[in-house]
Amino acid sequence: MELLIGQMFAGLSLGSVLLLAALGLSLTFGQMGVINMAHGEFMMAGAYTAFVVQRAISDAGVSLLVSIPAGFLVGGVLGLVLEAVLLRRMYHRPLDTLLVTFGVALILQQAARDIFGAPSVDVRAPAWLQGNIELLGAPIPLTRLFILGLSLVCLAGLVLLLKATPLGRRIRAVVLNRDLAETSGVSTRRSDQLTFFIGSGLAGIAGVAVTLIGSTSPYLGTNYIVDAFLVVVAGGIGQIKGAVIAAFSLGVLQSVFEYSTTASIGKVLILIVIVVFLQLRPQGIFSLKTRSLA
Amino acid sequence: MKSLLHGRMGTAAGFTLGAVLLLGVAPAVLPAFNLALLGKFLCFAIVAVGIGLAWGRGGMLTLGQGVFFGLGAYIMAMHMKLADASLFGGSGVPDFMSLYGSGEVPGWWEPFRSPAVTLLAVVLVPGLVALVLGLAIFKRRVKGAYFAILSQALAAAFAVFLIGQQATTGGSNGLNGFRSFFGFDLKDPNNKLMLYMIAAIVLLLSLAAARQLMHSRLGELLVAVRDQEERVRFLGYDPATVKTVIYVVAAVLAGIAGALFVPLVGIISPADVGVIPSIAFLIGVAIGGRATLLGPVLGAVGVAAAQSSLSSTFPSFWVYFQGLLFVLVIGFMPGGLASLPALVRRRRRTPSAAATHEAAVEPAAAGAAAPSPAAPDPVSPTPAAPDPEARRKATTSEEVSR
Amino acid sequence: MTTPTLLPEGEPQAGGLRHGRPKYLEVRDLSVSFDGFLAVDNVNLNVMQGDLRFLIGPNGAGKTTVIDAITGLVPASGSVNHTGTEILGRKVHQIARLGVGRTFQTASVFENLSVLQNLDIAAGSGRGPLKMLRRRTSVEPAVEEALEIIGLEGAADKQAGILAHGQKQWLEIGMLLVQNSDVLLLDEPIAGMSQDERSETGELLRRIAASRITLVIEHDMDFVREYATSVSVLAAGKVLSEGSVAQVQADPKVQDVYLGTSGTSGTEGH
Repeated sequence: MELLIGQMFAGLSLGSVLLLAALGLSLTFGQMGVINMAHGEFMMAGAYTAFVVQRAISDAGVSLLVSIPAGFLVGGVLGLVLEAVLLRRMYHRPLDTLLVTFGVALILQQAARDIFGAPSVDVRAPAWLQGNIELLGAPIPLTRLFILGLSLVCLAGLVLLLKATPLGRRIRAVVLNRDLAETSGVSTRRSDQLTFFIGSGLAGIAGVAVTLIGSTSPYLGTNYIVDAFLVVVAGGIGQIKGAVIAAFSLGVLQSVFEYSTTASIGKVLILIVIVVFLQLRPQGIFSLKTRSLA
Repeated sequence: MKSLLHGRMGTAAGFTLGAVLLLGVAPAVLPAFNLALLGKFLCFAIVAVGIGLAWGRGGMLTLGQGVFFGLGAYIMAMHMKLADASLFGGSGVPDFMSLYGSGEVPGWWEPFRSPAVTLLAVVLVPGLVALVLGLAIFKRRVKGAYFAILSQALAAAFAVFLIGQQATTGGSNGLNGFRSFFGFDLKDPNNKLMLYMIAAIVLLLSLAAARQLMHSRLGELLVAVRDQEERVRFLGYDPATVKTVIYVVAAVLAGIAGALFVPLVGIISPADVGVIPSIAFLIGVAIGGRATLLGPVLGAVGVAAAQSSLSSTFPSFWVYFQGLLFVLVIGFMPGGLASLPALVRRRRRTPSAAATHEAAVEPAAAGAAAPSPAAPDPVSPTPAAPDPEARRKATTSEEVSR
Repeated sequence: MTTPTLLPEGEPQAGGLRHGRPKYLEVRDLSVSFDGFLAVDNVNLNVMQGDLRFLIGPNGAGKTTVIDAITGLVPASGSVNHTGTEILGRKVHQIARLGVGRTFQTASVFENLSVLQNLDIAAGSGRGPLKMLRRRTSVEPAVEEALEIIGLEGAADKQAGILAHGQKQWLEIGMLLVQNSDVLLLDEPIAGMSQDERSETGELLRRIAASRITLVIEHDMDFVREYATSVSVLAAGKVLSEGSVAQVQADPKVQDVYLGTSGTSGTEGH
């Protein structure tokens, strides 16, 4: 029983990292049709930001609190640059954006290797996050609880932004019908840039979060990007509700599979589950309904 | 009809030239080491032929070709390990198994003791996996972007799976240290030459098959499916069938290439089949011209050659260069190098030479390669509204032909 | 070939063919709902072979949705019977194989293929695997005839993408002809055409419709008056009126709907 709760919780915290990574992907995919493979490297950039900040501020607690907005900024700015330099010319070619951003990912990874070295580095967790709390007899690491909380706060912030601000309304209008929004006077350029900034910034925060549960290496992004994409696929493109359900389900499933089989077979099982699921709902959990033939 | 004949003669001449270069000139000129290297590149070229069909012609972004390559490779490698173990060890148990595992050959290895089963499986296993996957994805009309992501996830899962099964797949070391190939000593230079020759012949055959497919009615239908999948349904076709057939062909080609790769290179490991090698297969195809016949082959060989000469001396530079290639070629020259002459020709073409029969026989080759910024993109929300660049090209060609 | 010619002699007439056993398309209680919104509400239509039926109605009346439902693009309830065969609930490509063909508001041809290739593909859904794997060596007689009918003989080798707008619409109609459909559903075939192109298309429609079951969505009332043999009026998802052009125009209910909205000769799409 305790073991099961422990596994469930490990799954939830994996799910919360996936959620942070997938939210940004889902937004940019939904709004602009961009499949951003460099999103994982934005996470990596966030993680290295936490590493650099901790070098400057030795107090682990303060550095964590500074790292979160700093990671958001670093990820966001990287996203803005990518959007402005490359992606805005490619909105009608989603599959090609995948390959172009893969090239960007390769470059960012190599840059990280050249700057920080290939071996992984560690970020110390603050003292107040070390240790466990008991939940129904199972020890729950505080760091994982913190990550879960962090992702829920980010989620709430994002939902608030989309539902309650004029900016959010513009973003949602563009997701639903880009051409119509444009003719109705919505500046799609501005909202595209903002979406990319926010989405990539969330990846940066995800990067800061994973430093609490593991070490940071140039390959950090590659470890998460495929799973984050699977969350987007299963949740439905551009669907926040879907992403939330899919992220936590995948996280929990993965840790349950890993627990009952092995890590490698778990991966294969997850993939089979998703392919089978898409037989039932080819568009993901939620999907936009349109009349268009496309 | 005359020009059609000319077209066929031209093809025959080109094919002969390729055969002479690959089978005659290269073995005569190149030292043994370089010839083996070329053999390895040819394996990548065989994969590229399949990707050109599926991606360039069919619009299916196959990010998981490493899986099919790996299936063919591991099947061949298992056979060679078992054969070596019986020939040289006597025990019949591959060396690494006694090292990491129980020292017993797992049941699912046993069928591959038989050379016949192995050869069949090299073709059938990748083909069947692609068939099941293709039907599951295309029949349910899963979107193009989803297909790309799923095939990538498949590559990731495959690599993780192989690494996890140290005792039966060699884990991250993979399978290596082969000594014989169907009874031929792999150290013998003559046998190495034979292996190279086999790879070259297989490449030529797959080119011939791909050409036949491209120019067949199925090939024309494939382009139609790529550009307007939904429209094709209203003509009474099920696009899923067309896509699945081509996906299977691409998978079989990758499987055969993998099976040839193992004896030529002497090792197969998860590092050759995961996410990154799977995407890396695409860059050569993109550079050469994804929708053309020869572009993918030349691109794949070129990139592989550049990689092997650059990556050992300047490893860091090579990765930056590879990344830049993806950005520049896909972002700014989606038709690849093959679109350059077409663009130049279009500027020069005289009005009288507009509509020859050749234009009808080879339309997609020129047509799909050049305006492909929008074309190979089945998930675009407005297929009828290509990006401005394609529109501009279309207008130019219209003006010139008047 | 099952049909020796794509265009047998004859003129379309209200009620369809008067001899033999004409084919028919019978739509019964067809309903389509989008998230609770009833876009098509218990529509009944009966079109006979040899009748040139126009489907008119204000924007948002559900005209295109009716065609979408018949061709399997959107799920619907009710029944659509094509000469004894129920087609509702089948997949899009199966319905097409049962002889139900359609065109789209925005001409959708394969822009990267030649006119000839477009027609050849349309003619070929019944081809076996061996024929599919072989090269196209000759032009099928039906394709040749269609090229002539739609007036694109000279453009056979042109890329469809560079055709003029009207020519693309004709190519689509040609594709329908070689597809061997006996039910033709045309969605605003003359939208955006010049006056000359309109009358050519109108004549073409009359020739085609003489031997087929034809349903045309149209906004232009002048065009409808000139070429329709019968008319159905759709408003708010329901069939409001049916009959000859004169009968329909005299129907007070129809006048009500049209005067209340955009007038009788609007040409806007929706």
